[in-house]
Amino acid sequence: MPVNATLATYSDYAFHSAVGIYLLAMLLHLGEYARTRVPAALARVRVPAGAPAIADAASAATDVTPADPTAAPGPAAGPAASADQPGRPWRERFGRMAVALTVLGALVQIGSVATRGFAVGRWPWGNMYEFISAVCLMAVLTWLYVLRRSPAIRPLGAFVLLPVEVLLFLAGSALYVRPAPVMPALQSYWLTIHVTAVSLASGLLMVSGVASVLYLLRRYSRAGWLDVLPAADALDRVAYRVTIFAFPLYTFAIICGAIWAEAAWGRFWGWDPKETVAFVVWVVYACYLHARSTAGWRTGGAAWINVCGLAAVLFNLFFINLVTTGLHSYAGVG
Amino acid sequence: MTRSTRDAPAPSAASEPSEPPEPTEPPEPTEPTGADGAPPVSGPPGGPRTLLSWARNTWRGLVSMRTALVLLFLLAVAALPGALLPQRSLNPAKITEYRDQHPWLGPLLDRLGFFDVFASPWFAAIYLLLFVSLIGCLTPRTLEYARACRARPVVTPRNLFRLPHHASALVDGPPEQALEQVRSRLRGWRVREEPDGAGGYTVSAEKGYLREAGNLVFHLALVGLLIGFAVGKLFGYEGQVIVLTGGNQFCNSGILGYDSFKAGNLVDGTSLNQFCVKVDTFNAQYLPNGQPDHYEAAIGYQAGADLAAGSDGPWRPYQLKVNSPLRVAGDRVYLLGHGYAPTFTVTFPDGTARTQTIQWKPADQSTMLSEGATKFDRPGLADEASRRQNQIAVTGLLAPTSSGGKVITSVFPALLHPEVAVDVVRGDLGLDDGRGQSIFEVSQAQLESGALKRVARQNLQPGEQIRLDDGTTVRFDSVTQWVDLQISHDPAEDFVLVFAVLILLGLGTSLTIKRRRFWAKIRPAQAPADQGRTVMEIGGLARTDQAGYGEEFGRLRAALLGAAGADESENTNTSRPDGGPRDRGGSA
Repeated sequence: MPVNATLATYSDYAFHSAVGIYLLAMLLHLGEYARTRVPAALARVRVPAGAPAIADAASAATDVTPADPTAAPGPAAGPAASADQPGRPWRERFGRMAVALTVLGALVQIGSVATRGFAVGRWPWGNMYEFISAVCLMAVLTWLYVLRRSPAIRPLGAFVLLPVEVLLFLAGSALYVRPAPVMPALQSYWLTIHVTAVSLASGLLMVSGVASVLYLLRRYSRAGWLDVLPAADALDRVAYRVTIFAFPLYTFAIICGAIWAEAAWGRFWGWDPKETVAFVVWVVYACYLHARSTAGWRTGGAAWINVCGLAAVLFNLFFINLVTTGLHSYAGVG
Repeated sequence: MTRSTRDAPAPSAASEPSEPPEPTEPPEPTEPTGADGAPPVSGPPGGPRTLLSWARNTWRGLVSMRTALVLLFLLAVAALPGALLPQRSLNPAKITEYRDQHPWLGPLLDRLGFFDVFASPWFAAIYLLLFVSLIGCLTPRTLEYARACRARPVVTPRNLFRLPHHASALVDGPPEQALEQVRSRLRGWRVREEPDGAGGYTVSAEKGYLREAGNLVFHLALVGLLIGFAVGKLFGYEGQVIVLTGGNQFCNSGILGYDSFKAGNLVDGTSLNQFCVKVDTFNAQYLPNGQPDHYEAAIGYQAGADLAAGSDGPWRPYQLKVNSPLRVAGDRVYLLGHGYAPTFTVTFPDGTARTQTIQWKPADQSTMLSEGATKFDRPGLADEASRRQNQIAVTGLLAPTSSGGKVITSVFPALLHPEVAVDVVRGDLGLDDGRGQSIFEVSQAQLESGALKRVARQNLQPGEQIRLDDGTTVRFDSVTQWVDLQISHDPAEDFVLVFAVLILLGLGTSLTIKRRRFWAKIRPAQAPADQGRTVMEIGGLARTDQAGYGEEFGRLRAALLGAAGADESENTNTSRPDGGPRDRGGSA
């Protein structure tokens, strides 16, 4: 199957655009944090100066608070600022822009994945670059879905996009491979089923892991900027709900992998390094679900286990593909 | 996935629902010993009673959730060396390498079983304890579930307003009409109705029994999977064999036919499934950069009645490809690899000639540069000593697409311009000293001792030959392809697949279905102004960790109480962390 170079180039452009858009979205999410303090500080400066209202209409919402300069405008601050008024607080604006950009980034990345697939005439998860791109896309889509279900967790966005950015950057630089057909062992419809399920489950687990990391931060740290984050129990709930969806999916992915391995490698399970770590990941998440119903482990302990699970997923993605040699060494690098 | 008392009947339905009390086992009523492993208060120390209670406490400890958690965690940790250290079952050569690099740690790890993690006693101990704990926990739960399935829903709590979801309203019509309303809304629920003795009724309903069923199926299927895995390992076998193309055959009649053979503990190799395979051609396609694109071997096979006809009998054709093994006679035949076998003809000074085609092994998978040794015995020598001095071996490199030049290498994996760079050695190959020898190389020891001498070194293209000092010629004739076949047998494979599917179904059921309760209290309105109307109180409780019951309760509330009940409930809901309006659906 010849590679369509034009489409492949478009795919790379779209990939880089998506990385840029996500980066911008992440910065805007960070703006959400910065703005929680800055307006209050500005207000403190302005009051003694007795300056009249600044021409910048957008800061009007924060300008009404000088009576109590210590009060940072929280999510409920500015009840007067209804959905479409220009007076909406900056924080809100940044957050909304970030989400809009995330949606745009996801669309562009879908375009990148699709054109890559058309360019090589196969399902586009045949090497590590393509796989990481798929995992990150799934993570972003999961994030957007979760956000739609519970809009209040929006400040989490920066922390979901952070690992996505890091992974995409690595995929696009060190791990990038030119589009090409895959080796005979990967030429199977199971590639579509198994790898789609794995990448979706990994994307979900990434979101869940990030939620648990922040839950632990929120629970054990008193740092001021954390106040912007959703409440600890909301974070914990997001982590749990995403995981109970991801766990059966991950199980399905492993079973599909075993069926494929039976057809390609002669056995359904052979403790190949990737299989072994997949088993470890599965057991860690089984631990998590059990911890959720064990007294004393329900919250803090379970969250730590979830973080271990995320570490295991990432370990499986990088270490096993790049360092050890096994049947899953399809990274196409080195 | 819940194994604790989450799903067990709460002492009182109206008690704090989000945090049920935790004792993993209800205390035994007849015994003063608590479930927490406290020593018994009665009985002489060291007597059978102590022993008995010790055993019971140990058992309780083993089947508790906390132990299961620890064992699961241990299982994950114990499996990790299997990925980080070289494993004997995957790559024995790497273990030797590791032992050489770590002269102190390597042998120690080897002795402790770290190179055979999944066959080591400590790994087995963990998963066997885990499964004992699992069965010990599942058996009572299965019985309890069987009882719960027949039991009626619990009685209506006195105060519905202490439940996480609740509402009340005054509805039109007599209590009987309201009851009928409730009944029609609770189709699919298990319902218990009782008159309250004052003209009203109480209704309690429960739904989501399948959750526990899914949970039990999941865990039991894990046990089945383990058994299937063990059966496959005990009765299965796996063997590899290299077969030259051009109609060469392999018959699965005994383990001697294999190049390597790995058998389960209960396989003695005497009753393998009978079938034969004949390899006609092998075709590999490569991309211009040398990356393989497609492998395909045209084979024929015989099984069952066809076998009686012998090798002239009917051969059923099959295109063997990487992802489509041949499934025949309960076994599977896989195409694992391929390589080249050069043909050399040695013509001795007396005119006798010997031709051999022996597989050489790929030294570089990307260019298929291969290495090997083709060994000849000089014919016509009766004397054992001189026969041993005149053995000849052709050893070196084979490039399927030669770079040309003095020092050749391979530049492409396909067979385009084959060339060999060989040494011809003569002398005693050491084939008769009783030790096994690799077919891919000549004995280094024999070379070093001088028993084997290099007599020529040259590059040859097909048809070219070397003339040795004694007049012997060595001709490189051609190159044949070989394929590496794997024959696998696992009698429990389908069994394992069935349990894997059950695991998935059980898991899906137990994580999506929610166990929930609903109560209604219906009583005639007391106030004279409300004659003929009915007061309806409703309450709901989700009994599982993941509530998400708010929306369903909201629908019930709207249907039963109408707008009158809505406001009140909305207020209480927003104040509850567990059932606010955001709390929609099951999974996020």
